[in-house]
Amino acid sequence: MSFKQHWWKWLAATLVMYVTIAGFFIQTPNLRQGGLFQTIRNLFYHVPMWFTMLTLFFVSVWYSVKHLRSFSAETDLKAAAFAKVGLLFSCLGMATGMEWANYTWSGTTGRTGPWTGDPKQVCAALLMLIYFAYFILRSGIKDEEKRGRIAAVYNIFACAMIVPLIFVIPRLVDSLHPGGSQGNPALNPKDSDPHLLIVLYPAFIGWILLGLWITQLVVRMERVKQKLELA
Amino acid sequence: MSSAFLTLVRKDAILEWRQKHTLYGVVLYIGSTVFAVYMMAGQPEASVWNILFWLTQLFVVINSVARSFLQEPAQRFRYYYSLVRPTTFLLAKMCYSVVLQMLMTGISLALFALMLGWPLEKGLLFCAVAGLGSLSLSVVFTFLSAVAARAGQNAALMAILGFPLVTPVLLILSKLATKALSAAIVTGWWQLAGIMLGLDVLIVVMGLILFPFLWHE
Repeated sequence: MSFKQHWWKWLAATLVMYVTIAGFFIQTPNLRQGGLFQTIRNLFYHVPMWFTMLTLFFVSVWYSVKHLRSFSAETDLKAAAFAKVGLLFSCLGMATGMEWANYTWSGTTGRTGPWTGDPKQVCAALLMLIYFAYFILRSGIKDEEKRGRIAAVYNIFACAMIVPLIFVIPRLVDSLHPGGSQGNPALNPKDSDPHLLIVLYPAFIGWILLGLWITQLVVRMERVKQKLELA
Repeated sequence: MSSAFLTLVRKDAILEWRQKHTLYGVVLYIGSTVFAVYMMAGQPEASVWNILFWLTQLFVVINSVARSFLQEPAQRFRYYYSLVRPTTFLLAKMCYSVVLQMLMTGISLALFALMLGWPLEKGLLFCAVAGLGSLSLSVVFTFLSAVAARAGQNAALMAILGFPLVTPVLLILSKLATKALSAAIVTGWWQLAGIMLGLDVLIVVMGLILFPFLWHE
């Protein structure tokens, strides 16, 4: 266990710990606008989840492309593992978002509770459904070689189709979500308080590294499972 | 290329014509769906009419286009594989699906007009959007039908794979159609129509790139 090889895991753990604690204690602007107040702290816990999810999904698609070029079992295993952990992070992002919406949006659209039917909530839910469908497709095919190929084709097709929509629709329609229809739905560096950014940027790096770490473990588990099945 | 393409489209049309029961089955499906919608909604206002129309289109496309790959036995695809290039084959299937779906859209529009009324300000514009809709929906579902057929699955898998993918498409289409509902001005209509067309081109291109991998055994 040499430090040279594992430095990024130390970095991930340190950063995630730092942003989790600092997220509660640093001074944030107390915004009356949109009823944000202290809930702005959710920025540190909610937005990094989506960045991590998108990173993992893009890596998954990258492995799917590689799979179609090589047809090796390894690339298929990695594509599935990255999608699986990405789906986990999308669940976390959805949960943190809904919990926040429960306090800030509830009642504003005539609907109460955590689900307000906001376009960004809906788009995120669609993205989750697509990856659930990806795993249902995988589980339905017994032949390994066939499964890898068909799953890769669906993964690339779904990504090519949904990614433009996820990036286009939220910018077109009115929304309650910060950022709204004026621009980038995730963050707006020019308009953010610098105090927020000193926690937010480390949070992106920390959570993405943690996501990669979890995926590495999932990949190893899958390899062990395959070996046990063969033995 | 072009002669093989035309022959394949003709073959699909002839197959459909010989097995008339499946074609009439889809027409009956549209009829009973629209009738069920009518029994529940009566003659609704324009915005509800619009929503019901697009939902009906979604179910019709799953039933009519789904069969494009699922109705032929797997062994026959091996035979086609030895004859034509996969891209030609996919294009022919897509082309036939679009024609079939246009026909079915026409039938459902006529039935909607007959039973649920015609609360539209600009009927021709709505027909044009419906045409664009049948183009978009049928190219997506033709490709998904190929995926489902290769996975050795039934039409249920296609619905699972397809619904999340086409929900945004339906959203854009129903938004485009709102221009035909009233005289109100819709801002950014051409931009939205451009996005829809661009997405169609993207789907066809992605299909052509990915289909050879799907077909190869």
